Amino acid sequence: MSDYTKAPSRWISQDVPQATSLIRSVFAALWSPVNGFLEWFGELGGFVWQVMRAAVRRPFEWRELIRQLDDIGSKSLPLVALAGGAIGAVLALESRYSLVRFGARSMLPAAIVFSIVHEMGPVVTGLVVSGRVGAGIGAELGSMKVTEQIDAIEASGVNPYKLLAFTRILACILMLPLLTLAADFCGVAAGWIADTLVDPISFHKFLHSGFAGTSFSDFLAPTFRTAAFGLIVGTIACFQGMRSQGGTQGVGRSATSSVVLSSLFVILADVILVKLILVFFP
Amino acid sequence: MMHANPEVTLLVAETGDRTIENTEWNSAGPAVVLQGLHKSYGPQTVLNGIDLTVTRGETLVVLGRSGTGKSVLLKLIIGLQKPDSGSIRVHGEEITSANIEEVNRIRKTMGFLFQHAALYDSLTVEENVAFPLRRHTKMTTSERGDRIQELLAGVGMEDALKKMPGDISGGMQKRVGLARALALEPAILLLDEPTAGLDPITSRAIDELILKLQEERDVASIVVTHDLLSAKLIADRIVLLHEGNAVMEGTFDELERSDDKFVAEFFKRDL
Repeated sequence: MSDYTKAPSRWISQDVPQATSLIRSVFAALWSPVNGFLEWFGELGGFVWQVMRAAVRRPFEWRELIRQLDDIGSKSLPLVALAGGAIGAVLALESRYSLVRFGARSMLPAAIVFSIVHEMGPVVTGLVVSGRVGAGIGAELGSMKVTEQIDAIEASGVNPYKLLAFTRILACILMLPLLTLAADFCGVAAGWIADTLVDPISFHKFLHSGFAGTSFSDFLAPTFRTAAFGLIVGTIACFQGMRSQGGTQGVGRSATSSVVLSSLFVILADVILVKLILVFFP
Repeated sequence: MMHANPEVTLLVAETGDRTIENTEWNSAGPAVVLQGLHKSYGPQTVLNGIDLTVTRGETLVVLGRSGTGKSVLLKLIIGLQKPDSGSIRVHGEEITSANIEEVNRIRKTMGFLFQHAALYDSLTVEENVAFPLRRHTKMTTSERGDRIQELLAGVGMEDALKKMPGDISGGMQKRVGLARALALEPAILLLDEPTAGLDPITSRAIDELILKLQEERDVASIVVTHDLLSAKLIADRIVLLHEGNAVMEGTFDELERSDDKFVAEFFKRDL
């Protein structure tokens, strides 16, 4: 009898610390990623502050900015144009089937133009640039960081936040809207080609029909929201590159995380900006 | 701009037919003074209260086993890292509390040679040496070209102007790194293993260059090295770091004759 009465108290006394330890480890497992995320945001905030401080101080890095405009803009153009064209052609082929089915064949040019200019062009450009440029910047700055080249820039009395980060971020902000216009143009042109191969229509008539009923603000806000995508891609890629650690593996991680995070934030920003645009440009 | 030392004045120095925007330090005081310098990385204490003074025209060699914080010491002096506590005064100015503009101004008076040269790998040898000249001087293209030629000739690399860093050996990169460090005619040289990976002839040439700079331009140098022969040739004073502390300080001969077990162990290699 005495054994039975003692046994539960012993079990309880052993179980309580075990349960506490389990709760602690579960809490730690849950807290760790949250803490990591908050730390990352805190460091990103510090980085943005450093870049903003560097940006307003002379001398301005014109030569590096021009190099980056070429690297980010001109060299992304073929890929962006191709992606835009592909989207336009696919959109024409897919939409055509649906619209013909519902007797709205004449709406096809407007559907293509509206879809590309409003959503597909900006988003595809943002994602293509986050892939090409984000990986490039992440890998380049990551490599410079692990080989102490960024330290060497700093040691020679030059602010790397201005020379390396601000110029790249500004180039991304300036080039994204221009690349979006190129993607839009290629998308509309490819949409017309895909359409005219099935049901011949002149390009002039296609454009006239496509742009009927659209106003300048229909182009302005969606196109210029890609400047925000540029800000996101440039900032995240530079940040991930300049905090790179751990040799070549670290460089690889920086490149990958630059693409993943900038793509993720471009998509999130798109959702928010579309809502804002609908509010301010109804 | 506030100066901790009222004697410090910023001016544009004329150097022959070149104009180097540099900082002339009208100070007879020490070039670098470190007091109670502590630096840790997590639980690992790298520097545990280092006190050092380097005067103008003096070459201080820092010795110690690998991982004892010698390179960290140089990075603290040039402001690439911040100490946990302690004071770093360069030309009389405290750099631990200085803002980035003040630190950058002081950095222009220092030349830093990195352990692995840290050349900009997307620029040619010529562009690497031109980097500080482009940013901090008002030289014309031809003046800059002459200066680059002169600097590279000083380290025996005048034939590698158009080569990329990836196309030259590690030792050659080191020499280009040294030419870049000397570009602005610094008052203080911080050299992290300047002769590592170099052949004996080039090593001696680098040693002679350091001695020449000391004699002709009164340059204060802090040299981190494992090369005892080089230390013997160039050092006015040697400091030996061990477990975060400066365990011994003196001339090469004084350290070589030391009875301390660690110091004796360190110097027992035949020279």
